[in-house]
Amino acid sequence: MPTTSYQTPSPQGYYGKFGGAFIPEMLHPNVEELQQRYLEIMQEPGFQLEFRDLLRDYVGRPTPLYYAKRLSEQFSTNIYLKREDLCHTGAHKINNTIGQILLALRLGKTRIIAETGAGQHGVATATVCALKGIECIVYMGEKDIERQAPNVARMRMLGAKVVPATSGSKTLKDATNEAIRDWINNPKDTHYIIGSVVGPHPYPDMVARFQSVISEETRWQLKEKTGSELPTHVIACVGGGSNAAGAFYHYLDELSVQLVAVEAAGHGVNSGLSAATTALGKPGILHGSKSLLMQTEDGQVIEPHSISAGLDYPGIGPLHAHLFDSGRGHFMSATDEEAMRAAFEVARLEGIIPALETAHAFAALNRLELKPTDQVVLCLSGRGDKDLATYMKQMEMLGE
Amino acid sequence: MSRIKELFAVKPNRVLNVYCTAGYPGPDSTLEVMEALQEYGADLIELGMPYSDPLADGPVIQESSSVALANGMTIARLFEQLKDFRKRISVPVILMGYMNPVLQYGFERFCKDAAAAGVDGLILPDLPEYEFETEYGAIVKQYGLDFIFLVTPETSEQRVRKLDQLSSGFLYAVSSSSTTGSNKEMGDVNSYLQRLRNYKLKNPVMVGFGIKDRESFDAACENANGAIIGSAFIKALNGSEDVKTGIKNFLSGVLA
Repeated sequence: MPTTSYQTPSPQGYYGKFGGAFIPEMLHPNVEELQQRYLEIMQEPGFQLEFRDLLRDYVGRPTPLYYAKRLSEQFSTNIYLKREDLCHTGAHKINNTIGQILLALRLGKTRIIAETGAGQHGVATATVCALKGIECIVYMGEKDIERQAPNVARMRMLGAKVVPATSGSKTLKDATNEAIRDWINNPKDTHYIIGSVVGPHPYPDMVARFQSVISEETRWQLKEKTGSELPTHVIACVGGGSNAAGAFYHYLDELSVQLVAVEAAGHGVNSGLSAATTALGKPGILHGSKSLLMQTEDGQVIEPHSISAGLDYPGIGPLHAHLFDSGRGHFMSATDEEAMRAAFEVARLEGIIPALETAHAFAALNRLELKPTDQVVLCLSGRGDKDLATYMKQMEMLGE
Repeated sequence: MSRIKELFAVKPNRVLNVYCTAGYPGPDSTLEVMEALQEYGADLIELGMPYSDPLADGPVIQESSSVALANGMTIARLFEQLKDFRKRISVPVILMGYMNPVLQYGFERFCKDAAAAGVDGLILPDLPEYEFETEYGAIVKQYGLDFIFLVTPETSEQRVRKLDQLSSGFLYAVSSSSTTGSNKEMGDVNSYLQRLRNYKLKNPVMVGFGIKDRESFDAACENANGAIIGSAFIKALNGSEDVKTGIKNFLSGVLA
């Protein structure tokens, strides 16, 4: 084991040179309370017991690690799918919202806010709020409300109020701005459940810890199947990077394991319509942390593009920025078209319709030179039901 | 002594600080607005540098920032506009903005160019005190700029004292936990301001957020050294036909 761990940030929340808590004073009491209490609360035996029980009985964990035989044959290697798509609500997002709602209750909060892009995090938040009988407000970009209608309906049916973010690009970045403003205006009773490993310290670490159950399970599941806890590769898609953080977490300090993070290239990295942050970004500050950020020379945030609402974000979590910067992570990107093609391939080879976000991770299989002896774990972060409208449009175009 | 300290030495009460967005309403309005503010009674000018994602600001200032950005406003362009402004403007001027554009410009280059232009102080609400103390504070000081921290009704006494120690020029007391331009009740603001006064801080205290007219300005001045008007001024500017008349009417309403 290396002496410095990639897992844990510094006391001020820094992973290498990325992280911190760049917040206005109005947010200080809430963020400081979290900084001081999150570890203590998460380590309470009572908290752990309730968290583990809910993950097992409510979320449906452990999720299977499935050997994808036909996909493996296609790429002449061994591919294991970590089936986060089988979690209750259809994606990994609920691992984090279960953790944060239990934390919010222990902090005495009575009102929950969240941002959402594809709607998966919004649904996962609305779900746990219904479970605990707490008021829930979800901010969602106006553009995303249009393209993710089924998830909007689910949130409403679960009793959440969905508030459109109408500023800027009207997507995830702007929904996050509105959620932060709500938190500024409601400093006492409200907890903000951030859905990714972004935001001011301690969010990146807290969310990574809640999602780390993904790789915790992968280790023993892989050992059962192959005799070794260590794969050669772990592949995950990255928007803000929560499923990747969870899938990488217990492998971060296992340097033999290649960590492959796949970003959304949109129409192509250099097309001007992309969300490939590590390729296009520079160090900057957004939503309370220093990380890599797509921005103009003058430091204005660039509006990203991806066909997948969950990856349509101009930044990346500070943990991932550090993995990129240090070379520990292998960063790639897939275009809208490549992701779409991969989704259809997986559907027909394995009988699994992946979320558009996850389809980007599958698209990377084409570009990695995988060997027959490799053991590849791919985090199947979500299911594709919410993306059916986009997939149907594609089928029409192809005349299928 | 800095221009801001001189101001409070001469005028310890009823100091009026007006916020305007650089490059708003027109790309070249910056100086015209500043001049009119000085002419019609502003004691201090807080010049906002527009940013695409202004988290601490409400819709009015965000909209003015979007217009300014669409007008092509950048920090580089702002410093061009401010090149000879001290020939025309004598009141202290503070630049307010968010960290990201400043970092891209280069933090030290930014402080150097601001000081060279004749700017007196900085407000960067998303620069936390840890990073200020460990990295950026020394640079601000090196170029002789004042740096103003914000406190809110939720800020503990210990923290108020710390932020007061780190600040120079004045301390910015946010009247309620909100973004700018909100219409939150100013109910407990007096007891909060009295509390600040009882701390006997080293800096004068200016109240901001929710100050919009003569009544709220007068009320704020009872327990502080002055107040800051932002969103209400931007709104007035937006609704007036020419900049100068709009500013004259607005400020005469506040100060009459």
